[in-house]
Amino acid sequence: MLLKRLTEAMGPSGFEDEIRGVLREEVEGCVDRVYTDVLGNLICEKGVHQPGPRVMLDAHMDEVGLMITHAEENGLLRFRPLGGVDPRVLVSKPVRIGEDKRFGVIGAKPIHLQKAEERRKPLPLESLYIDIGARDRDDALAHVRLGDVAVFATRYEEIGVRCAKAKSFDDRAGCAVLVEALRETHPIPVYGVFTVQEEIGLRGAMAAAYRIQPDIAIALEGTVCFDVARAPGHGQGTVLGRGPAFTLQDGRTLADRRFLEFLVHVAERHDIPYQFRRVKGGSNDFGAIHRTRAGVVGGSISIPVRYIHAPAQVMSLEDYENTVRLVRAVLAELAKGGFQA
Amino acid sequence: MSHRETLRELMELHGGPGFEEEVAHRVKAAFARYTDDIRVDRMGNVIAHIRGEGASPRPRILLSAHMDEIALVVTEISEGGFLRVWQAGGFDPRTLVGQEVVVHGRERLTGIIGSKPPHLTTPEERRQAAPLEDLFIDLAMPEACVRERVTVGDRVTLRRETMDLLNGRIAGKALDDRASIAVILECLETLRGLRHRSDVLAVASVQEEVGVRGAATAGHALNPDIAIAIDVTFADMPGQAPDESFKMGKGPAIAFGPNIHPKVFRGLRDAADRHRVPYQVELTQGPTGTDARAFQIAREGIACGLVGVAIRYMHCSVETAAYDDIAECGRLLAHYIAGVTEKEVAGLSCY
Repeated sequence: MLLKRLTEAMGPSGFEDEIRGVLREEVEGCVDRVYTDVLGNLICEKGVHQPGPRVMLDAHMDEVGLMITHAEENGLLRFRPLGGVDPRVLVSKPVRIGEDKRFGVIGAKPIHLQKAEERRKPLPLESLYIDIGARDRDDALAHVRLGDVAVFATRYEEIGVRCAKAKSFDDRAGCAVLVEALRETHPIPVYGVFTVQEEIGLRGAMAAAYRIQPDIAIALEGTVCFDVARAPGHGQGTVLGRGPAFTLQDGRTLADRRFLEFLVHVAERHDIPYQFRRVKGGSNDFGAIHRTRAGVVGGSISIPVRYIHAPAQVMSLEDYENTVRLVRAVLAELAKGGFQA
Repeated sequence: MSHRETLRELMELHGGPGFEEEVAHRVKAAFARYTDDIRVDRMGNVIAHIRGEGASPRPRILLSAHMDEIALVVTEISEGGFLRVWQAGGFDPRTLVGQEVVVHGRERLTGIIGSKPPHLTTPEERRQAAPLEDLFIDLAMPEACVRERVTVGDRVTLRRETMDLLNGRIAGKALDDRASIAVILECLETLRGLRHRSDVLAVASVQEEVGVRGAATAGHALNPDIAIAIDVTFADMPGQAPDESFKMGKGPAIAFGPNIHPKVFRGLRDAADRHRVPYQVELTQGPTGTDARAFQIAREGIACGLVGVAIRYMHCSVETAAYDDIAECGRLLAHYIAGVTEKEVAGLSCY
């Protein structure tokens, strides 16, 4: 199953080898050409010699993770985050480390030994360790190398009503939508790009967009959703189950009104629910893409994901399916000349 | 036969204080290898009776490990179908953020304890740890569906697959105190190959985490000559006091202190020395937070011992132990039991 396979693969920023291999397998045979660039972006070309606007569909394949940076004398490993990880979500969680996906656990001092005032403060990164069961430093370094990376050990599972939980729906959900789009045939040139290093500053997308020089670019993203108990409306970002979200303004982008209106028009015409992403913070690859060379027109289509950057993220499968439908409709409308910049 | 696999299974079962049935069922099946005299008392304690050799009256030794794990209880179904919870056992709320849980409603439901993404948190928020009242469980379904399946008072337990680490170490939820059930099973396995005069009363107790309640009734009902509680203790971690930091892989800890009968302590220590069981001594200064706390003052008083293995990250979902310690602890108890005589038992009240 595509979502399971993509979310369970490893690929923190700068270390996307495993997920890149998985994605290459998923798209091989349904695109004309697959290649990697010097940064490690996976670029898929489909029908690029056809007439029509050159459309770049982008999804970042990297995820937030951890890097092992030091082994203590007692065999416990110190680490630092790759991308934005709040240390508060790491406590009492397992991780998988390195190519052999060795289990490690991040624990905490037992509650019995904590003072009341200690419990009111978050455990800082400096007091967290990854425990692989090593007896001492030499034992640890015989199994893990400094610089090895780790990701959350979370399985993909369907839960609740038409929802799923997994690690890294940000942005393997977007990757899955892109894979599905590349499996279909479109009458216009399509460049599907699975980018690297989004989580540490949208770095892969910058180089990829420069190479492709698209006429139109769309970032497919798993975005902030905090529509939970007693969260104020203005802090929710998006609402789960209300369909794909369009960015109005985020940390790196002001929406191109023309393209935003086009997206709204397509969604309404095809009877696909949509919503607006209502937070200023955060960003996605389009923030880098629209400023490459002399500028690129486009926008982003995001799937709401609760608890992004945490071990267990929640996504609505209906939102996912509606995003797949919307991308299909957008490509069809673009092919019909439905958008003129 | 090693009980490592039995332990893995036991850890992944769900049983908080007062709802230990699922664990009890598996424990009974495991005890059945050693006796057909197994019963469950009114509180839910599972009691297996393994007879010693020779005519009665024989010395009676109780071994106890608690089956319950720390849990939460649903206190409110709030708008949107998110659940608020309170403690049924001692969680550090900081270990719950982002955790997967099982909600024991009309059916078993998987839930996620939500966390605010870093994109939305202020630096001020990140400096604070959310108290339990502010945490919520997301069942990923509309409120109406939640209300059909969940009611206030439903219990919640952690969800975690058991993991193998290096050096035979094992990690997951509920090692506290299912590790000690494995200790009893390892003990009974060793005891099969030994001659013993004493009867063994193997108890998988209930409601330890809310105040050693199962042990109180089991101690009263069984009234043994010697009661040995088996419970986990603290393994070494940076920043912990040295006398609360036991080494993993260096054998079980044998407790010493007012809660422990001095002759039982000496008996355990001598058995370890004689049979080359590695061990560490845990010094305690009052009633311990274990079943021994209740046993000692049941009826007219019972001579208590306390042993156990050191685990890291107690009350987290990634508790970690060395299986060697569990096997050695079982071996220690078997040799201790095989060595107990009527004369020793009679001497327990002679100071």
